[in-house]
Amino acid sequence: MPDLLIELFSEEIPARMQKRASEDLKKLITDGLVEAGLTYASAGAFATPRRLALSVEGLLAESPTTVEERKGPRVDAPEKALEGFLRGAGVSKDDLEIRDEKKGQVYFAKITKPGRPAAEIISEVLEKNVRNFPWPKSMRWGSGSLKWVRPLHSILCILSAEDGVEVVPVDIDGITSGNTAFGHRFMSPVTFTVNSFDDYAAKLKKNYVVLDPAERADHIWHDATNQAFAQGLEVVEDKGLLAEVAGLVEWPVVLMGDIGADFLELPPEVLQTSMKEHQKFFSVKNPKTGRIEKFVTVANRETADHGATILAGNQKVLSARLSDAKFFWENDIRTVERHGLEAMSAPLANVTFHNKLGSQGARISRIATLAAQLAPVVGADAKEATLAAKVAKADLSSEMVYEFPELQGIMGRYYAKKAGLSDAVADACRDHYSPLGPSDDVPTEAVSVSVALADKLDTLTGFWAIDEKPTGSKDPFALRRAALGVIRLLITNDVRVSLSRFFDTQLLAHKIAVADENDGVIDTLKEILDEIAEHGVFGAALEAISDKLDENSVDAVNAAAGDLPSASADLLSFFHDRLKVFLRDQGVRHDVIDACLAMPSSDDITLLVKRATALQAMLDTEDGTNLIQGFKRANNILTQAEEKDGVEYSFGADIKFAETEEEKALFAALDAAEAKISPAMADENFTDAMAAMAEMRPAVDAFFEAVQVNADNDIVRRNRLNLLGRIRDICLSVADLTKIES
Amino acid sequence: MSEIVDKPRSFQEIILRLMTYWASKGCAVLQPYDMEVGAGTFHPATTLRSLGSTPWAAAYVQPSRRPTDGRYGENPNRLQHYYQYQVLIKPSPPDLQELYLGSLKAIGIDTDLHDIRFVEDDWESPTLGAWGLGWEVWCDGMEVSQFTYFQQVGGHDCKPVSGELTYGLERLAMYVLGIDHVMDMPFNDPDAPIALTYGDVFKQTEEEYSRHNFDAANTEKLLTEFERAEAECHALLSEPADDPKTGKRIIMAHPAYDQCIKASHLFNLLDARGVISVTERQAYIGRVRALAKACADAFVQTEAGGFTAEAAE
Repeated sequence: MPDLLIELFSEEIPARMQKRASEDLKKLITDGLVEAGLTYASAGAFATPRRLALSVEGLLAESPTTVEERKGPRVDAPEKALEGFLRGAGVSKDDLEIRDEKKGQVYFAKITKPGRPAAEIISEVLEKNVRNFPWPKSMRWGSGSLKWVRPLHSILCILSAEDGVEVVPVDIDGITSGNTAFGHRFMSPVTFTVNSFDDYAAKLKKNYVVLDPAERADHIWHDATNQAFAQGLEVVEDKGLLAEVAGLVEWPVVLMGDIGADFLELPPEVLQTSMKEHQKFFSVKNPKTGRIEKFVTVANRETADHGATILAGNQKVLSARLSDAKFFWENDIRTVERHGLEAMSAPLANVTFHNKLGSQGARISRIATLAAQLAPVVGADAKEATLAAKVAKADLSSEMVYEFPELQGIMGRYYAKKAGLSDAVADACRDHYSPLGPSDDVPTEAVSVSVALADKLDTLTGFWAIDEKPTGSKDPFALRRAALGVIRLLITNDVRVSLSRFFDTQLLAHKIAVADENDGVIDTLKEILDEIAEHGVFGAALEAISDKLDENSVDAVNAAAGDLPSASADLLSFFHDRLKVFLRDQGVRHDVIDACLAMPSSDDITLLVKRATALQAMLDTEDGTNLIQGFKRANNILTQAEEKDGVEYSFGADIKFAETEEEKALFAALDAAEAKISPAMADENFTDAMAAMAEMRPAVDAFFEAVQVNADNDIVRRNRLNLLGRIRDICLSVADLTKIES
Repeated sequence: MSEIVDKPRSFQEIILRLMTYWASKGCAVLQPYDMEVGAGTFHPATTLRSLGSTPWAAAYVQPSRRPTDGRYGENPNRLQHYYQYQVLIKPSPPDLQELYLGSLKAIGIDTDLHDIRFVEDDWESPTLGAWGLGWEVWCDGMEVSQFTYFQQVGGHDCKPVSGELTYGLERLAMYVLGIDHVMDMPFNDPDAPIALTYGDVFKQTEEEYSRHNFDAANTEKLLTEFERAEAECHALLSEPADDPKTGKRIIMAHPAYDQCIKASHLFNLLDARGVISVTERQAYIGRVRALAKACADAFVQTEAGGFTAEAAE
């Protein structure tokens, strides 16, 4: 069983593409080999800045011979049909076999495809995949038309078996395969021949190339942490950076250097970001002080001076970069100390947020108003929430965030403290963007929660107001993420709030913002906005003031905001969809959520989630599942009977007409359940309510087992139907169980 | 192989060594283009010559202007007027990376002591309608050059592909010479009878142009000139290919491109004066790109652009 080794040697492959490229190489080549009949035992792929390598072990030396049987025309078919068949199958008439079939005698052909040597197959598969490799971006070079991520220089392709090594011949636009590999660009600029994967990996190492990216990353991390440890320091972990740096070097050499004393007072996040973004340095922290005191850089070579020149150069570049950062930091602090954080926020009035949604400044005042409205709901002080919202985005006009956009919020917190604002406000500056990703921490401090909710709700309602919603995979304003953020904020903080009211308020605020200032409708819209605060929703608010309006004004309001109720409903259903995705990941089925969405207050996300998780928990029990069956059975019988009789069986059943023990037992069980469910529901204790409901199961099951509902005696029948009606009512009081799929 | 290991002593020595080096590698050493440009790429020796199939190899210094980067000569690294060293070879030779590394050795960077890295950096010029793939080259963490394989210029596929090298001369020289502030850098030999620093040559002009670019340039005049250059560019290109006087086929691709360069620089000045809003900005860039594209379309119809009468038939 031979082993295959392929190396594609090129100019420097971008670090971010290497991992995916080695995985693609492995999959595409091995799939191609298997498809051609060449199975193998194992395969591994590797990448360095200059090479992609694939090792396939235990490959078949040739593909197996295959025999295919093909059915032809009947013996009495016209000659032409037979000729066509022979041509297609590539056999002669003498090779055919005649068999008796039901419809008469039929020709059969056996087509034998002889196996092919591995090298032939490999050559084809490799060429095809080099020509069509799925690089995220590829290019041409010189006069050729071949595309690769950067110029491709050489292809190593060998099959090694016990009896020797052969070069698999490949020629792709003049690049011919061989058995030579190259050493490190600077430390060992030589070529050498290899005869197996082990030989290849060993010779590479001898020539200063570590083939395996995981080994390079391990080496870097191990060396960096050791050097830091020796000085009582620790390296700040950053897996993404580690992978990137491992993709920039073939022979990693870890060097630790000092950050100039002038820069140690900069916030650690600034040091870390500047060093990482510009220079791909790791930060080294003093665990006692929490300060970042040194950096680690990874060079691609050893030098006679043990890296002294390299380190000095890097240090110099770092100083230049940090001088810039320090300059920004000092300027920003001067601004906030002299003029306050709101002054820093002022230029945002001239920054466009979105051409249809006005400036950042206008957006901030909307968020501030909304944060104040939300404050009592989340337990925050309204004044503090307003202030926090007003300054939360001030750092967007700081020099530091202009240079490092990823520091937004983090700088805001520092600047808020420098401006003498409270910790709650400062934290809100940092935390109001959260949660961003699905695994981000959710803010829990009340002021932060109110601003975070207001920020996201304003964004969502804004894009709904101008009808720019996410479609398919397109979500340029990350609205799905914003909605999920709201959902997680509400659930985590157990916030009880009717979202629709806030949707209406904010949608209307956007309508007011975009309405023509000279248009008289603005005042009316503003009046409605105040009414929403009193009456809850847009419709009711419009009604409340409509008798004050003449017909023209009503028309004007409808023209300006007539689509508001449908936009609001649509946004709520968008939230429900996000919630389904979110709860599905937590093991709650979509039909369970549908059953809960049909209940009142479905715009109260926290309530909805409580109901849904309780229902799911009940369905996860045997009693629960069976009760649903019982409910469905009761519901089916009722639906049929109600359709037939044209009445609704919802009047109280009477125990005096109960004939059997099972019937009586069911009465008792329903009474017991109701006694528990009503107070539990009043307390919104869905878990207890559901548990009480599930307890009805034995009685319901026994009833259906023993009792025939459609009795001959009409009084008994009606009574039984009404009894089923009670089961239905009880069950539907908890959730719309008709939506549950069996 | 004899390597130059001794260190250069001045800014101009670095330029001279680059000239000598690339001349020895077969490049035509050109002189700067006599117009205001934002980067060495704008020189027609790069923009236009990267188009078409005719082989090309050129190296030159190009004074470049970025009005928004003016700092009155006070920032140690930022200048509104600076020098770029530019090399363009078409088709890109297979050993272009090695040739480039040779140029670093020529200016005194010992690759056995330094850490040279090719870090992904794709190039795109929205005003030229051009893009390419390549790297920024790092020397000990410092970006010293841009290295690009041109894929498209003026909306045309580059066939064959040109390899382009751009050295930011001041930054590179400061690194090689160990200077912290650009104005302190020796321009000529520090032991010359009249030793001049970069500041002696350029400090005053940086001040003058910073004031001009930010506060004094007459924006109305600039706007009018932009329109005029744009109109002139289109007008030149709309002339028939055959010259009525000589009877020869003479397409005025270069004179038209001069107007495109002019429009581009005027746009940069307007941008520095802060009179172009975010939305207008895109529109101006689009207008310059349309000029660049029209010039590229015209150039490929010329002999230097690979046009032949036979091929056109």
